[in-house]
Amino acid sequence: MRPLPELTPENTAFWTGGEHGDLMIAFCEACARAIHPPQVVCPACLSDLVVQRAVAGTGTVYTYTVNHHPWLPEMQVPFALAVVDVDGAPGVRVTAEVITTEPESVHIGQKMEVSFRQAEDVWLPLWTPVR
Amino acid sequence: MKAAITGAGLSDLGRNTGRPAMAHLAQAAQRALASAGLTRDDIDGICTYPGKAENSPGMSPLGTGEVRNALGLQTRWHCAAPDGPSQMAPLMIAAMAVLTGQAQHVLCFRALTESSSQSAGRRASIPGAGQTRLGGWTGMLVPANAMSASNWAGWMAMRYFHEFGMTREHLGMVATGQRKFAEKTPGAVMRKPLTMDDYYAGRMISSPLGLFDCDVPIDGASVFIVSAPEAARDCARPPLWIEAMGAALRGPETWDQRADLTTMGAHDAAADLWLRTDAKPADLDILALYDGFSIFVPLWLEAMGMCGHGEAKDFIAEGNIGPGGRYPVNTGGGQLSGGRLHAFGLIHEACLQLWGECGERQVRGARLAACGTGGGFIAGSMLLRRD
Repeated sequence: MRPLPELTPENTAFWTGGEHGDLMIAFCEACARAIHPPQVVCPACLSDLVVQRAVAGTGTVYTYTVNHHPWLPEMQVPFALAVVDVDGAPGVRVTAEVITTEPESVHIGQKMEVSFRQAEDVWLPLWTPVR
Repeated sequence: MKAAITGAGLSDLGRNTGRPAMAHLAQAAQRALASAGLTRDDIDGICTYPGKAENSPGMSPLGTGEVRNALGLQTRWHCAAPDGPSQMAPLMIAAMAVLTGQAQHVLCFRALTESSSQSAGRRASIPGAGQTRLGGWTGMLVPANAMSASNWAGWMAMRYFHEFGMTREHLGMVATGQRKFAEKTPGAVMRKPLTMDDYYAGRMISSPLGLFDCDVPIDGASVFIVSAPEAARDCARPPLWIEAMGAALRGPETWDQRADLTTMGAHDAAADLWLRTDAKPADLDILALYDGFSIFVPLWLEAMGMCGHGEAKDFIAEGNIGPGGRYPVNTGGGQLSGGRLHAFGLIHEACLQLWGECGERQVRGARLAACGTGGGFIAGSMLLRRD
């Protein structure tokens, strides 16, 4: 089975925001910097005023790969993984599997929107091409 | 004052050898000691990367403790460095240890049994295999189904292709060129000629990387002896002076957040290297560049300053890095054809070249080698010089 993320105070919002359909990103209240992966201090100004806010849940593919090899016995292949520049969170990329019947059609610059799949207490982000 | 590599030893490498990691390690250690003209009792330090790792089968089955026990070592310095500047960290730490008087001769080792682990049905090379919860950067990627380093390297390659017009043909030149070297390397695990047609026929692993863009899991061990300056001069072979080291890292510790994913930690580490020497890239005779995936070779070439950003495809196509090229890279076949000793094998080959012991594939008069190890945010760089 695929391992799940260990939930911590700083990353729980990111991994559970999907329960309400929200892509939650950490921001520094002091300098407005977006912080990802989420952490308790701002790496730009060292403030600890870090808050978690929902962003639009859309973004643009910075890069991608189509995985063809089944790394686990139950893994269904092929599937695309997209590294997406997240709208409203400068410098933040969220890497997730793409929901599509045509993984080879994924491309750099493509617009994506987020959805989520629940696994135990975690809501894994997924990207879907915007039509 | 420089530290030096004075001995280097490899075990008999193989796929699915079934031999215990310690058997490989002991053989490599004996050979390294013989290479340096030292005995076990001369060794007073030990370093490794990353240390015993339980969470990725076969990736690092031995820690310093077991090796100290097995070889009966009495040490004044020991250290394993999972968070250091790549697989090269133990060599760097050993160099600093001998230059600060902590030890005279440090045994640096790397053992892997990934091939046997895979064959035994354990999922080698997958971080966190068998665990249910993951933290750190692997905890961001593996749950997203980005489990394999081939995925992470694949998306770097995809972005690089997009920006600079590189194609699989260029990566194929890396893979087939290194195979030509492997044909002349008795210990390499893949020695059958590899044509471009073979390369293209290899199944896709994680686009744009296919089977022959990925290195080969093996069982084996590699050992180096790093010695203090005066002690180095008394060893059997000419000291290979560690002319400079670079370990800078200016981006985050992730595989997907670095602002420009057509560069790696390599670029930070190599830039720092050249600040610490009068030597220039044009002075190099050979290079040992990390090739866990073929795409890392062009990225390391650019990081090392062998050509400009985006120019590596032309540098490769012009024949610079293969047999007979001006800047031969991974002359033992690299990990792509020689087998994954996790950078130690590449550095071993660089040492043999500088000692003039490479037989058919010897680069005549090789005196200065650049070593660049690691991929993604993981990077360390080193210049080795023979007087």
